[in-house]
Amino acid sequence: MCSLLRGEEMCLAQLFLQSGSAYDCISELGELGLVEFRDLNPSVTTFQRKHVNEIKKCEEMERILGYLLREVKKADISLPERDVNPVAPLPKHIMSIMEQLQRLEVELGEVTRNKDKLQRNLLELTEYTHMLRITRTFVQRSVEREPLQAQYEEFPFLEKDTMLEYSSMQRLGAKLGFISGLIQRTKIQAFERMLWRVCKGYTILSYAEVEEYLEDPDTGEPSKRVVFLISYWGDQIGQKVKKICDCYHCHLYPYPSSNEERNDVVEGLRTRIQDLHTVLHRTEDYLKQVLMKASESVYTWVIQVKKMKAIYYILNLCSLDVTNKCLIAEVWCPVDDIPTLQRALEEGSRKSGSTVPSFVNRIPTNDAPPTLIRTNKFTSGFQNIVDAYGVGNYREVNPAPFTIITFPFLFAVMFGDLGHGAIMALFALWMVLYENNRKLKNTRNEIWNTFFEGRYIILMMGLFSIYTGLIYNDCFSKSLNIFGSGWSVKAMFTEGVWKIADIRGNRFLTLDPNVTGVFTGPYPLGIDPIWNLASNRLTFLNSYKMKMSVILGIIHMSFGVILSTYNHLHFKKKYNLYLVFLPELLFLLCLFGYLAFMIIYKWLVFTAKDSRLAPSILIHFINMFLMQGDGMQPLYPGQTGLQVFLVVIAVLSVPVLLLGKPVYLYWLHNGSNRIGMYRGYERVRRNSEEELYLMRAHDMEEGSGHSDLSTSGERPTEEFDFGDEFLHQAIHTIEYCLGCVSNTASYLRLWALSLAHAQLSEVLWAMVMRVGLRMDTTLGVLFLVPVFCLFAVLTVSILLVMEGLSAFLHALRLHWVEFQNKFYSGTGVKLCPFSFSLLPSSFEHDGLL
Amino acid sequence: MPSLLFCGPKMAACGIVISIWGVIMLGMLGIFFSTKSAILIEDVPFTEEDIRNDKNPPGNIYGLYTQVGINCFIAAGIYVAVGAVSLCQVRLNKRQEYMVT
Repeated sequence: MCSLLRGEEMCLAQLFLQSGSAYDCISELGELGLVEFRDLNPSVTTFQRKHVNEIKKCEEMERILGYLLREVKKADISLPERDVNPVAPLPKHIMSIMEQLQRLEVELGEVTRNKDKLQRNLLELTEYTHMLRITRTFVQRSVEREPLQAQYEEFPFLEKDTMLEYSSMQRLGAKLGFISGLIQRTKIQAFERMLWRVCKGYTILSYAEVEEYLEDPDTGEPSKRVVFLISYWGDQIGQKVKKICDCYHCHLYPYPSSNEERNDVVEGLRTRIQDLHTVLHRTEDYLKQVLMKASESVYTWVIQVKKMKAIYYILNLCSLDVTNKCLIAEVWCPVDDIPTLQRALEEGSRKSGSTVPSFVNRIPTNDAPPTLIRTNKFTSGFQNIVDAYGVGNYREVNPAPFTIITFPFLFAVMFGDLGHGAIMALFALWMVLYENNRKLKNTRNEIWNTFFEGRYIILMMGLFSIYTGLIYNDCFSKSLNIFGSGWSVKAMFTEGVWKIADIRGNRFLTLDPNVTGVFTGPYPLGIDPIWNLASNRLTFLNSYKMKMSVILGIIHMSFGVILSTYNHLHFKKKYNLYLVFLPELLFLLCLFGYLAFMIIYKWLVFTAKDSRLAPSILIHFINMFLMQGDGMQPLYPGQTGLQVFLVVIAVLSVPVLLLGKPVYLYWLHNGSNRIGMYRGYERVRRNSEEELYLMRAHDMEEGSGHSDLSTSGERPTEEFDFGDEFLHQAIHTIEYCLGCVSNTASYLRLWALSLAHAQLSEVLWAMVMRVGLRMDTTLGVLFLVPVFCLFAVLTVSILLVMEGLSAFLHALRLHWVEFQNKFYSGTGVKLCPFSFSLLPSSFEHDGLL
Repeated sequence: MPSLLFCGPKMAACGIVISIWGVIMLGMLGIFFSTKSAILIEDVPFTEEDIRNDKNPPGNIYGLYTQVGINCFIAAGIYVAVGAVSLCQVRLNKRQEYMVT
């Protein structure tokens, strides 16, 4: 009961699983997600565990599945969106799944390799065609013109020489050879220069660029290539040229010696390219078919393999008992769920067909159990923001149920605008109504997920903001006059205080509430709308909001202190009530509670008539501490005496807080000569001296804890260390007393942020919306349309998103620090149940699923 | 016939949201201007002469109020049109989504 207030009662249980049915039982437990398994073989490395082979098999299957998923994603096939949840396959089915996966992998590998080869082939043929086409123009050019006017691109000054060379070479009988091919455009300049340096005029290079982008077969990127034709004399030169071409990664193709040969080759190439295109099409179709078939079942396989791997991992955590016939597992389990656990084990045994059932046995322990707090979709958001600060200790009071109301309220005090609150609430309402929409639930966008998870929080924040917007009377920086203002300007004229000339002569006039008829009574709900027109609006609102912030802060903090009584009573330490809680509360209330009382007293007692005599609360408060101020008019009769009394009580409560508990515990342990039973909690991690000291001090606090854990004689008696205890309590006292002052001042951020929000809102209206509204030209009315659009966009981005996040953060800080440090320790561990649905999938992480 | 689709699904959704907000807010502003609410005095384009040379006070100011109110209603009407266009875009986008898959 009371799970949300305090957390479930947990117990340590031992599961005795028959070897035959262990797999099925753990599968059942994984589907339920009830319990957390403890590692019974902590000293064993991963490679020495019992089921390491099966886990390796699972990982192999995951590798193949990853490859399959990548191929499916590359082919742009969408996976079927089904909500499948197959159970973990039995060990005997694993082989068949493995076989299927391996077959698929081999097939896919072959098909992809073939496709790549074909594409490479196609590329080469295309290049060859381009080359033939372009070199034809070279030859034609040189054939058409007179030899004297032969245009060799790069060595114009060698024209004459080459002609001489040509004829002399022919006389020498040197053969004219051709090398043709393609080279990347970026390399052609260097290629030219290298050729010139090496072959010095015995070669002629002509080149031209290919217009289209050709795909590079190795990288698959389109690049520009250049077709070149080298004519050379002599074999030696030929060898050098070939080596240089190799160096520059040129693709060389045979150069046809005559035009007929060239035409034949071109025809042949064309038919071959057509054939290749058809074959490639067929291959791609086949590949797609194979992938589609695979994609139907790949999702199921992924889940099955994930579950199998998890079960083997858990089996590794268990230990075998002496008879080697059954496995023992230790789990943390909520006490209320033990019958469900038993049923699950029976179900697992039944499924595996085992005759001997597995059973569960509760065992006592001194370890601190993990904390489990059951939440529903509404409370989980608030529980998450509390857990972000720290998970509560086992069975400690949980601040989350109170946060459900106080957090949106404090946010709303800082956000306070009816219009903005309404928009925020509508946005949250949309998210809540469409929360089962699959597309909204399963997006990968982190920021959207954060907003979506907190949709109920945002809804509450919006609704509360509507309320505080009504109280502050602020809607997009304008006040709403629902009930009729309580102030009347006309009365100033009818009573003869003002004349028409006064209006012409003065920039500002002050309404006097003491004149009859000017102030007819307070506005029924919220701030009077006339303040929106007043120039001293901020002076009034600042005073109001500051006092309100201090009062809210003191109430919030007192509530936190009172909550600590729940902890003291639950952990059966009544002495804490008198020695810790009472001094704390007295200190807080005598000083700051009295401040709140004075504020409210002044609001109630002093009216407009006494406004000149109204005392300053601040001066009275300071004088209270200095024990002065006899010369000032008291707020009420007997004020000095009462104040002295309160200060004395507050000052006296400090030593009680400081010394009470250590002295009492000392007397308890030594004075009555009792051997205290050590029923402390043992921390699993003992890292440092400080932690040891804190642990022991904490143990002292948890001393006489649960009566069902009787470990009489098993543990050695714990020495009560007065020094440690006193130090701990001294730190707590200083922290608390100084904290009271600083935390009360910290609540003034409620005022600061609401002021900032109101001012931003006003500035946005004045600078954007007013410009549009004041247009009085005939076409100017159309200007209002884009002006409103701009106003809307700026409202959402600045006032809703930025201010909303800011107020959220500050409200959160007020909860985490100022509220929770009065009673919450938050050093517990959360229960991580073994549940298939909570296991992360590595494929989702890679974005493949 | 060329496609009438000129914005994506998210832009069309934004269009619908801003249009609804515009219609409601400009409509209410129009009503408040027509009832000559005092809070909105700063948004009315009046000058010193309007007040001084008023034969029948505060007739001039009231006239300006109604004028701004009518402006707001016209803008609200334009936003109805924008909303209708956005709704068409949303429908076209949905139809295109069905056709592609």
